[in-house]
Amino acid sequence: MIAGYATHAAHRDEGLIKKYLWSTDHKIIAMQYLFTGMLMALIGGFTVYVFRMQLAFPGQPVPLFGRVSAATYNSLVTMHGTIMIFWVAMPVLLAAFGNFLIPLMLGCDDMVFPKVNRLSYQVFLLSAIVLVASFFVPHGAFGGAWTAYPPLSARSTYNLTPYGSTLWVIAVALEFAAFLLGGVNFVTTAMNSRAPGMTMFDVPLVVWMIVIASVLFMASVGPLLAGAVMLLLDQTLGTGFYDPATGGDPVLWQHLFWFFGHPEVYVVLLPAMGIVAEVIAVFSRKKIFGYKTIVYTAVATGVISFFVWAHHQFIAGIDPRMASLFTVTTLIISVPIAEMVFLYIATLYGGSITLTTPMLWALSFIAEFMIGGVTGIFLGAAGSDIYLHDTYFVLAHFHYTFFPIAIIGTFTGVTFWFPKMFGRMMSERLGKIHFWGTIIAFNFIFIPLFITGAAGDQRRVYNHLGFPDLATPWRQDLRIVATMALVTMLAFQPIFIFNFIRSMFKGALAGANPWRANTLEWLAPSPPPHGNFAELPVVYRGPYEYSAEDREEDFWPQHIPGGMPTPAETAVHGQWQA
Amino acid sequence: MSSTPIATTRNVMDVPTGRLAVWWVLASEIVIFGGLLSSYVMMRLRHGAWAEQAAHTNTWVGAFNTLVLLTSSLSAVLAHHAAERGDGPRAATLLRYTILGGGIFVLVKSFEWTHEIEQGFTITSSLFWSFYYTAAGLHAAHVIAGMVIMFIVARTAARNEALHRVENIGIYWHFVDVVWIFLFPLLYIAK
Repeated sequence: MIAGYATHAAHRDEGLIKKYLWSTDHKIIAMQYLFTGMLMALIGGFTVYVFRMQLAFPGQPVPLFGRVSAATYNSLVTMHGTIMIFWVAMPVLLAAFGNFLIPLMLGCDDMVFPKVNRLSYQVFLLSAIVLVASFFVPHGAFGGAWTAYPPLSARSTYNLTPYGSTLWVIAVALEFAAFLLGGVNFVTTAMNSRAPGMTMFDVPLVVWMIVIASVLFMASVGPLLAGAVMLLLDQTLGTGFYDPATGGDPVLWQHLFWFFGHPEVYVVLLPAMGIVAEVIAVFSRKKIFGYKTIVYTAVATGVISFFVWAHHQFIAGIDPRMASLFTVTTLIISVPIAEMVFLYIATLYGGSITLTTPMLWALSFIAEFMIGGVTGIFLGAAGSDIYLHDTYFVLAHFHYTFFPIAIIGTFTGVTFWFPKMFGRMMSERLGKIHFWGTIIAFNFIFIPLFITGAAGDQRRVYNHLGFPDLATPWRQDLRIVATMALVTMLAFQPIFIFNFIRSMFKGALAGANPWRANTLEWLAPSPPPHGNFAELPVVYRGPYEYSAEDREEDFWPQHIPGGMPTPAETAVHGQWQA
Repeated sequence: MSSTPIATTRNVMDVPTGRLAVWWVLASEIVIFGGLLSSYVMMRLRHGAWAEQAAHTNTWVGAFNTLVLLTSSLSAVLAHHAAERGDGPRAATLLRYTILGGGIFVLVKSFEWTHEIEQGFTITSSLFWSFYYTAAGLHAAHVIAGMVIMFIVARTAARNEALHRVENIGIYWHFVDVVWIFLFPLLYIAK
């Protein structure tokens, strides 16, 4: 094994381009995904700044952008949604953390298919370039909303973006291909390449979650890929898959889109839940409460998520009997998610909690996500959804789930694993300023929008002042509050970027295990070299043995021998190890 | 990178890593074709009139292609056998027969399509023809991709290298077969 490490090390002296664009090392690929995702987040953040300014001060020129036309507004809203979900949440939560953590946490030197991994990133980069390029084609980027419902998306006479809409479909399809390649790698690595001694129930929760999410993605994206081919043909060749005039059906797209779209929520939620689980265990110095229950509930969530999609279509003219059915399944899916939240709270109970920056992010994830979950109940029930559909209530609910997932989840993970990624600590002081600024501002954005939404404010309206019912002063005041809170939140982000870059070069040296954590990635040097471990580790216990009795240290890394396994562990070993 | 990671050589599940990966690829492929074909079936059930359009497809050409594709799978199985015996060159020859089968399939398909387009049945003629060309086209793309990969696998197998790939590409080829076995009755026989 040492010899293997030496040959790996010998390959490190490669050219800069070869190292950063052509690397097969899972950590470099993870960084590529992370930085591409964060760069795309800047674009996504800028688009929301522009269109929120338009909503707060309609018709006024927006600083740094200028006057926003109705068509531009549509493009900006569409691109904000598309970028934040497909080019920020997925690459960062699934691909960046998946690539970085899976081999390290499973005690491997790399993914099982490093070249497929490299190809995955290259296809993803291509998709990002295609998407960003669509801003610059004539008539601008796609303006048919991120859900791309036909006929709006299928006919350029409706969406007014003939080139943008086609580039959008191509970019999304390429992105899916990239994640299919990545997913095969993640699942195969986790199944086949765990360290000796590591059973399925010794695998850290974040790896479980990323793997379950990858399986969900692979099992749900196919129909949408087929749907994307059909949409592309509708746009370019003039077929009529979604055109009622030729016997096609626009609702078909909605089925194909949401059959993927709803599992997709869990594709990004589960990795974020996993990241939070790791952080909570480490900073409450307690064993995760109900480890196996969390795994089982995650699997249950994944299965149920395939049977809820039509709750997005309650007003699309679906059969009311079908609507009742989907109301029931939707309410059922909140049970396993609520159970996971309870288990996290039970883990915190009685722990020795340290409020580090990653821990603050993890706790805020639970709090904010619960608001998102609870408001979702109103939308999952067909009766109340018919009133709330396509209002700002939906938008606020959605952001109370996706902001915790994509943004809080990312900050939790980055601040927690930064010492491992770059070998240095981030500044806690700047981290906390950034945390409070972001979290407080975030709530001031979306609580007003819950109120305007419940009062009937429609989404995707370019200028509310054009509608007398929506143009009342109190509504406009709340819109301005939301926009000002957004600008405040964005203004806090340079603190994070500054902290990130400064800590990369000037932060205090971290050492291998600054958080005194148990999982295998903390055994490797920080940052881990090519090949990760000097000697590939052997695993002796589960990942969350904190504050074990009759041990001096309050943590017990997975790779340190000693201690008798419990009968349950023996049973599990016998079962999965054979 | 030249050296294979140690991770690739591990085998916790007792299933070779490459084969495991192929099965996961197929799992995601199944839902691609599954989505397309169930969309087709749902719409077909609502539009009885599509049968008139479907009457113009040539069942005999479709049947011939079914025979060609299934036969090509036989040589893929024999190639797997040869690879298991360690006879790389033999496996390579058999894989090339499979490529030939795929080639005949694609050739027949292109004549068939040319004829249909000449008769005025294009992808925009009606929704039936849209599905016909989309589904069969997606399938043909998989056939061509399989032929390219098989060509590469046959080249290394001829040198007795990476023989486990012979089985993996075979699994993929059988999948392409199975998809066609769904397409043939749905597009040709159901009239």
